[in-house]
Amino acid sequence: MSKGVAVHWRLIPQRYNLIGTECKGCGQKFFPPRQLCPNCRRSGNITEITFSGEGKIYSYTLIHVPSEGLGFMKPYAIGIIRLDEGPLLTAQIVDCKPEDLAIGKRVNSVFRKVIVDGDSGIIRYGYKFKLTE
Amino acid sequence: MNKKVAIIGIGITPFGELWTRGYRDLITDAGTEAIIDSGIDGKDIEGLYIGSMSPGRFSGQEHIGALVADYSGLTGIYATRIEGACASGSLALREAYLAIKSGEMDVVVVGGVEKMTDVPTSSATVTLMGAGDQEWEAFKGATFPSLYAMMARRHMFEYGTTIEQISQVAVKSHENASRNPNAQFPFKVTIDQVMNSSMIADPLRLLHCSPLSDGAAAVVLASEAAAKELSRDPVWITASASATDTIALHDRVSLSRMDSTILAAEKVYKKAGVKPDDIDFAEVHDCFSIAEIMAIEGLGFCKLGEGGRMAQEGELSLDGRIPTNTSGGLKGKGHPVGATGIAQAVEATLQLRGQADKRQIKDAERGLIHNVGGSGATTVIHILERN
Repeated sequence: MSKGVAVHWRLIPQRYNLIGTECKGCGQKFFPPRQLCPNCRRSGNITEITFSGEGKIYSYTLIHVPSEGLGFMKPYAIGIIRLDEGPLLTAQIVDCKPEDLAIGKRVNSVFRKVIVDGDSGIIRYGYKFKLTE
Repeated sequence: MNKKVAIIGIGITPFGELWTRGYRDLITDAGTEAIIDSGIDGKDIEGLYIGSMSPGRFSGQEHIGALVADYSGLTGIYATRIEGACASGSLALREAYLAIKSGEMDVVVVGGVEKMTDVPTSSATVTLMGAGDQEWEAFKGATFPSLYAMMARRHMFEYGTTIEQISQVAVKSHENASRNPNAQFPFKVTIDQVMNSSMIADPLRLLHCSPLSDGAAAVVLASEAAAKELSRDPVWITASASATDTIALHDRVSLSRMDSTILAAEKVYKKAGVKPDDIDFAEVHDCFSIAEIMAIEGLGFCKLGEGGRMAQEGELSLDGRIPTNTSGGLKGKGHPVGATGIAQAVEATLQLRGQADKRQIKDAERGLIHNVGGSGATTVIHILERN
């Protein structure tokens, strides 16, 4: 479903540069960012941090029945990546053969086009990951 | 305050792709059947709760409470809709249960309904992904099957669960569905058919996935005093519990277990004063076959990691140690998401009344129903008993 511009614009720092948050109270890091630390709640002290984009595959799948607008890519790989700083995130894993995917393999983030809203819609960019081993 | 809550009437429509029935037709069919089954009159009903995930996206219709009251001929009564993705039905059941427990009402109708096939499949898939995290899962191209596929991958990695074991769940569900005339897929499948069906999200194939469905179910709830006056055949809800987890799968502590289920199970057993061993049968949320394995582990019917073995050894079958999804489950019976939790209550009531016909299990005294929203962000569990 097409949405307005603001919904994409306000997430640019996170989606382009992996900017998340950290609670200075307990030390836990969050990506996607959280404004409220689930451990410390109101006593937490949230600040921004930029993640390195380095991590490992925690789980993955090859999607054969795609999400809307991604049919041209099928099958495509999606993974849950554990960043070296701790948090896990969901992202496509690109530029690889399906048989090369495995739990534990090292990956890093790359900047890519994620989805286009039809022929004349917004082009949305963000992080994907590729294998580094 | 009312101490006990009974189910005194049940109704359910066939599940499937029902071209001739619209949203309001389905819920009116199920609700009318439940009210007739209960033997009560419309004037006895004090409240109406409807579980429905996304009528706005599936049918363009919101304001469901008033709509259903209107078309049920109950205009004037209190009516509202409850939403918690695929757990909407059980959340509505729980809210109605709480309304009676509080003493505010004595006779309440609870319905669950979804009309999913009026929109194209791709659109329905996108709507269902609303049960996950739009900004951080859906935007990246994740689909619901892909989330459960990543759980399956971790379960296989950590416990050695095999695709044969996961497939056996689907075979069992279809076997049970073949005995349920309301099921969307009332036929058996072989393990070879399951394992050779088309790939959806590796390692999950088509026959590991519940379908898009239309359907509705309804139950009439009553306080103990009202049940004794109005019903000869009550089934008691002896405990209700619910728990939440993170909305996104990637934020979970573990992908190979469902913590909302584990937490809700602890609560519900404590409230009912029973142990997993005391449960005679269960209807669990098998939106994907791996989910049934994680459900029976989370509910304590076996240790974590042993669910695949239980499925393989037939312990979940109609004549097994803990018959699971006697209705055919979401896989075989169908999964009109908002209706699913109420359909589970209908199946458990049929089993406890001894009215489950060709799929009736022996000596059913106590059943558990387990309904999950999204990839496990909500779990709702109820325990139903004969006495």
